[in-house]
Amino acid sequence: MERTVALAGNPNVGKSTLFNRLTGLRQHTGNWTGKTVSTAMGRCGDYRLVDLPGTYSLLPHSEEERVARDYLLQGEEEVVAVVCDACCLERNLNLVLQCRELCQRVLVCVNLLDEAERRGIRVDCTALSRGLGLPVVGVTAREKGSRERLLAALDALWEAPAPSRRSPPYGQGLETALQHMLPLTEGERLPARWLCLRLLAGEKLPASAKLQHAADTERAALGLTASEVEDLLSAALSREAARLAALSVTGEERAYGRRDARLDRVFTGKLWAFPVMLLLLLGICYLSIRGANLPSEWLSMGFERLEGLLRRGFAAFSAPPWLEGLLLDGAYQSLAAVISVMLPPMAIFFPLFTLLEDAGFLPRVAYNLDRPFQRCHACGKQSLCMLMGLGCNAVGVTGCRIIDTKRERLLAILTNAITPCNGRFPLLIALLAMFFASGRSAILPAALLTLVLAGSVLLTFAATALLSKTILRGEASPFVLELPPYRKPQVGRVLLRSLLDRTLFVLGRAAAVAAPAGALLWCLGRWQISGESLLLRLAALLDAPGRFFGLDGAILLAFLLGLPANETVLPILLLLYRASGGLGDAAGLGEIHALLLQHGWTGLTALCAVIFTVLHWPCSTTLLTVKKETGSWKWTALSALVPTVMGLALCAAVRALRF
Amino acid sequence: MTLEKLRPGQAGTVLALRLEGALRRRLRDLGLMEGTRLRCLGRSPLGDPSAYLICGAAIALRREDSRLIEVEVEPWNEP
Repeated sequence: MERTVALAGNPNVGKSTLFNRLTGLRQHTGNWTGKTVSTAMGRCGDYRLVDLPGTYSLLPHSEEERVARDYLLQGEEEVVAVVCDACCLERNLNLVLQCRELCQRVLVCVNLLDEAERRGIRVDCTALSRGLGLPVVGVTAREKGSRERLLAALDALWEAPAPSRRSPPYGQGLETALQHMLPLTEGERLPARWLCLRLLAGEKLPASAKLQHAADTERAALGLTASEVEDLLSAALSREAARLAALSVTGEERAYGRRDARLDRVFTGKLWAFPVMLLLLLGICYLSIRGANLPSEWLSMGFERLEGLLRRGFAAFSAPPWLEGLLLDGAYQSLAAVISVMLPPMAIFFPLFTLLEDAGFLPRVAYNLDRPFQRCHACGKQSLCMLMGLGCNAVGVTGCRIIDTKRERLLAILTNAITPCNGRFPLLIALLAMFFASGRSAILPAALLTLVLAGSVLLTFAATALLSKTILRGEASPFVLELPPYRKPQVGRVLLRSLLDRTLFVLGRAAAVAAPAGALLWCLGRWQISGESLLLRLAALLDAPGRFFGLDGAILLAFLLGLPANETVLPILLLLYRASGGLGDAAGLGEIHALLLQHGWTGLTALCAVIFTVLHWPCSTTLLTVKKETGSWKWTALSALVPTVMGLALCAAVRALRF
Repeated sequence: MTLEKLRPGQAGTVLALRLEGALRRRLRDLGLMEGTRLRCLGRSPLGDPSAYLICGAAIALRREDSRLIEVEVEPWNEP
């Protein structure tokens, strides 16, 4: 039978780093429950490791806790390794004690021992092991032997006869109640003692009616409410944790140290917080755009060269022209456009983002921006989803899982598309450079882009506020955020993993979405109705409504046809204006500018185009992701409607004002 | 007095948690319960939330929630 080890632990204890270290690149993200929390799985030696979501306890108050607990409840034969932060052991022991009560084979892994040393904290793993009655392994980041010792401890634990589950003393009243209830647990699937305690605390669990009734009776006999029982249980765990910490930890426990406080004076201080965040945002955008320029060009050239070879191949095989058109002019060129536009910026943006996350900076962003989100009845973590949306809206929508409550998560999902993703940057920059930034200066378009981004942030607030007063009405839910200590990010491995993940994502999307869409577009382009191309007829049809919104038919059609991938909007527009040629026909900004002016573009048109680029329906990948995350077509439709309605309204207003 | 009135740098001991439900559970999991000693680390740039040092970790709480936690202020002298 396969040996599975579940990795549990508080958030921010370096659990995922340890997981990465143990599994190397042999891991993948799983969705084993089909719920909206993902778990990473990987292999280490003979063991299959499952990285459970970080939780502070196993009480079912959030999605992550429920997932972690359900996982632990269903695996009888498995080992649970609880990862603890040596700097903060007492609080971490809360989870250890709960695991010890629930599972048969528990291993404690005390992580970040070197960090603790530096703060003058020493953990005596032997004493802790004695006190807990569980094996304890100490781990440090740099020491090579850690992995071996951990595996050895796992082997020993697996081979040993299963120790029974243990609880701390709960006091006379509760123990008596348990004595009365335990005989009634015959045939229950869940661990007996644990089940009784949870029922006494008022939790709804699958148990026989007899047992449930007994729980109510006992609770009444004690004269306590369910909440009071819960308090007693957590107080008992807390006392036990304090006792164990006292006998194994020397030095004052402190995860958040002086250096963190000093850094936070800058990153969350009144004076510097916003400038620093703005600067970092600018930095990431600048690096993504600038760094992507050359690789994008190389990819473009590479694809062109390959295209030439393919065409010769087609000719050599005397392939019918329609096949060549469908596959090359259609599918291939669309694929090439998407990859060369999207891959380089995403390959830069997300690794940078992950570095910031590893370093511990992102919770500070949520902390700084919580107040305006509070006003919108949302949550500060939404700012992080917006930041991810800057790279790719589909990733942003998935990232909304970090928000605890359903209502606030929906708010974040529905408004994520208002943040323009990397795929829309080239279009935005081109429009801004051509119509609003005269001269060869590179600074002005960048500054204007920042303005547009700032605008999208304000629009997100507006949309969130509006939604929370209408469709998604409700109270703001509890907000508790831990500001973890700043840690040096593990540059090498983080970058490699991020790069691989992003590359695969873009390639997958290009193959699955962009290529078929391109082929379809080519077909539509060839379709003639009484002498005129279908596409041009559609553009003419959309012209009147388009002009009402300060745009024109071709622009609207380009956005509509760009549903599969925003990167193709500009190429499609050029194709429509030229009324011939393929998507991949290259053109410099000067030529494009001339072409647009030729078709009646003014500064107003460009402004409305910029607005509509920011505020229109999300791309098909994002829509599918919304469906997957929310499980409902209704919310998916709304996620398309919200930005579109806003965009059309704003465009109409702008056009009206200029008159 | 309530936690929200604790000024940056001031320390106090928790007397009571007047909140219920998920937030109460979460705070207790983090070690915030009757008798816990904590210290206000500072306020976020827009004034809310504020960060508190609880059991060696920095936890951010909103004013509307810290208003429901009763504390006893300590005469402060922490470096």
